[in-house]
Amino acid sequence: MPEAKPTNNDGAPGDEGVQIDLISGARMDGLASMEKIRLILDSVRDGKIVILEDGLSPEEESRLIEVTMSEINPDGFTGLEIETYPSTKPATTSLLDRIMGRESTKKLTVIGPANQIETLHKDETLISALVSRK
Amino acid sequence: MGLLTNLKDSISKVTDRLFADSEPKRIGIYGPPNAGKTTLANRIAIDWAGDTVGPESHIPHETRRARRKENVTIERNSQTVTIDVVDTPGVTTKVDYKEFLDHDMDKEDAVRRSREATEGVAEAMHWLREDVDGVIYVLDATQDPFTQVNTMLIGIIESRDLPVLIFANKTDLEDANIQQVANAFPQHETVPLSALEGNNMDEVYDKIAEYFG
Repeated sequence: MPEAKPTNNDGAPGDEGVQIDLISGARMDGLASMEKIRLILDSVRDGKIVILEDGLSPEEESRLIEVTMSEINPDGFTGLEIETYPSTKPATTSLLDRIMGRESTKKLTVIGPANQIETLHKDETLISALVSRK
Repeated sequence: MGLLTNLKDSISKVTDRLFADSEPKRIGIYGPPNAGKTTLANRIAIDWAGDTVGPESHIPHETRRARRKENVTIERNSQTVTIDVVDTPGVTTKVDYKEFLDHDMDKEDAVRRSREATEGVAEAMHWLREDVDGVIYVLDATQDPFTQVNTMLIGIIESRDLPVLIFANKTDLEDANIQQVANAFPQHETVPLSALEGNNMDEVYDKIAEYFG
């Protein structure tokens, strides 16, 4: 992926601002689970905010937490902040769909460094977050 | 290939459960840090096994290793259920040792606690994926339940088809809002309780017998 560098007001590269990567579902579909996790963690550790069009599966979310924990270190990376809408309708997929792995997990997901993104409000229909520079 | 693998995994999961009926079910107590998981685990263990599971503390991440209390037999009116109670570290997506400095800890102790806490969270996730047969999800009823950790964990539990009970803990506190917890996860039954004071434990044990028996 071409790297977009943060720029100052005059267009010159600088360290002002926060880079936001919006990653399409199609792009993530082509990646293995660990590749997705690596992509997210590398971006977040670089101070970027990642927005996933389709989110991660529960299994991938579980692995993301586990890998994140292994990378936390004092005075360095303190973890991530991640937000999706709560799922309140698990019964919308049939038992057959769930058995066959066709359960939909698509949900817009915002992920960022824990020390740069703060959730102000969240409910079933709204996520409000404050993003700050380091 | 993916479909076949999923089908095979599902069938394997069902048969494992069918043939494992003679073994006590491992019930994981999950939730965010400081929800009262160990207080509940201790309450259950004292009531039915005469012993505690681990130390309790108001400092987050007091439990940094999963602890199992085996063969806890709960007797209700018409049902007896024997379970292994697995008290797990509170799950989070971030750990900053500086937060422990507010609890009269020096930097060395805080760094060690944070490192152990991260290991504990990873361990809790591994138990959830591999080793528990049911989940008691404990929430502090005075706190906002609409957090990402809660959303993700409930999603992971649902994706594994594990039976789950949601316990709205700390109802002895004035700010407790049981309805807010129930509204956050309407697809699951919410049981109010105070593990510290032992309030509503009869219903708690009725539900454990009903869901995990």
